[in-house]
Amino acid sequence: MAALTIARLTIREAARRRLLLALAILTVLVIGLTGWGFQHLSTLTNPDGTPIAASELRLATSQVLVLVEFMFSAVLALSAVVVASPAISSELESGVALSMFARPLSRYQVVLGKWLGLAALIVVYVAATTALELVVVSLTTGYVPPGPVGLAAYLIGEGIVVMSLALLVSTRLSGMTAGVISLVLFFLAWIGGVAGAIGDVFGSGAIKNAGTISQLLLPTDALWRGSVYELEPVLYRDVLGATTERAGNPFFVQSPPSAGFLAWTVCWVVLIVSFTVWSLHRREV
Amino acid sequence: MQAAAAAPPPVSEDGAAVRTLELTKHYGASVALAGLTMVVPRGEVFGFLGPNGSGKTTAVKLLLGLSRPTGGEAWVLGRPAGDRETRSRVGYLPELFRYQGWLSAAEVLGLHCRLAGIGRAEWAAQIAGALSTVGLTGHADARVETFSKGMQQRLGLGVALLGHPELVILDEPTSALDPVGRADTRAIIRHLRDRGCAVFLNSHLLGEVEQICDRAAVVSDGRVLAIGGLDELLGSGGVRLRLTGLTEAGRAALSRRGSLAEHNGWFVVNGVEAAAVPELVADLVATGARVYAVEPVRQTLEERFLALIEAEQARWQR
Repeated sequence: MAALTIARLTIREAARRRLLLALAILTVLVIGLTGWGFQHLSTLTNPDGTPIAASELRLATSQVLVLVEFMFSAVLALSAVVVASPAISSELESGVALSMFARPLSRYQVVLGKWLGLAALIVVYVAATTALELVVVSLTTGYVPPGPVGLAAYLIGEGIVVMSLALLVSTRLSGMTAGVISLVLFFLAWIGGVAGAIGDVFGSGAIKNAGTISQLLLPTDALWRGSVYELEPVLYRDVLGATTERAGNPFFVQSPPSAGFLAWTVCWVVLIVSFTVWSLHRREV
Repeated sequence: MQAAAAAPPPVSEDGAAVRTLELTKHYGASVALAGLTMVVPRGEVFGFLGPNGSGKTTAVKLLLGLSRPTGGEAWVLGRPAGDRETRSRVGYLPELFRYQGWLSAAEVLGLHCRLAGIGRAEWAAQIAGALSTVGLTGHADARVETFSKGMQQRLGLGVALLGHPELVILDEPTSALDPVGRADTRAIIRHLRDRGCAVFLNSHLLGEVEQICDRAAVVSDGRVLAIGGLDELLGSGGVRLRLTGLTEAGRAALSRRGSLAEHNGWFVVNGVEAAAVPELVADLVATGARVYAVEPVRQTLEERFLALIEAEQARWQR
């Protein structure tokens, strides 16, 4: 009950501080602009003036859509870090936590409440942006990616993973430091994923292992790759997947994350949230 | 909480508002509390006095479970300090009072009603009552970020009053208030005492403490230097006289009653009970002295506080 109170408070803060309004306006603007772009994509012609083939249009649309979703995923990760990093530390530093923690409230309820509130914001953001973008793409080009629900689920997972990390660091370090650390780790994981893919294609066990380890330590990149997989036309996967051109291409994925990896991701989040509870419990206010 | 040598009792024997036993807190090599032992009975206004860095706020945080002691024991309302259920019966105004600036005053109070576990049916009355008590009724819907520091401190006091607490801990509750606000706060504290609520008051404002506290403790370097009722703390007072014709016999008569000093033409006899003053004057007159004025004198809390702190500092310098 207290955790839900904190969750509602977290969501209300995002609304009152106009974070939701700013994201909504920018999202509508971006989706409008991409809609205009996709509209033009569907009018492309060959040099002889004939319309491009439907398969070419589908391929081009899927590639641009991957890029657009990459932008949304980056905005999601950055926003999640920016919002989660000061979520606990700012209340500890300002003194807001003093009067709240003196109430019959367990520290785990604070962590759980913050996490639930932030996770709810991520779910709403991803669901709204993905649905709107895919509707616009479908209306303008007729292309519907093979896994729209999977796409949203992977993006939500990516946002929740990086948010959980930022929330953990927020129990010990200032919002600024927690944000920088979380972002550096996020981009390191991305680079690690790219390197792992190169190692995989060219048979370098060491590089592949480094990539795997980075994905296990911070599963954001693997989840991003899952969302790319859900966006690609099936034929494209088969054709490009057979060549070495796929090596290190962060916008092409031949296979989705394994069930084992997804289970590890759930465990990772549970472990990080548990560690956050422990860290805040040990923290003197 | 460090365990006692024997199995610690889950409930203190007397259920005092606050009881501490050799409570200590170290931050690395720095000692914030060095064996704090004191009892605050229920229904009293208790002043907790000390210079900056004497461990007052640390003690409060330990009592509320915001911080963990290095050693010793503490009970609040008869339960171990930090006990979750007990915290629903304690109100707290921190020295560093900050509330969610993006909420309105009524919303902050509503949030604390939820967190304190107050029944939903009571919220409206509790919020209205708290706003009225601290004089913020007209600002119920204004965002806290638009409040002055004094208004925010008033709001914090309102938050501490929610849910009819049995103990209210106020850490420097008037630091941002004007004289009117201070008088209002004193009235609120008296009202709390009248309804049986204990008030633990951390304050630098010794004049205020003297006006409203039943008992007080003076702490320095994390230890209690003196504790007791204000009459006990301030001693039995004395008397000062303006007189002429004081003979050796007269001087001896004064010295017999207490310690004698001369200050600005007044003879001051410390430690004289009020009931003994007529006899003292009669003895003086019998020695031939002419008495023009007799006034009771009493040490102020500030004088007593400074004397205690100076004595403690001198002890450490030795």
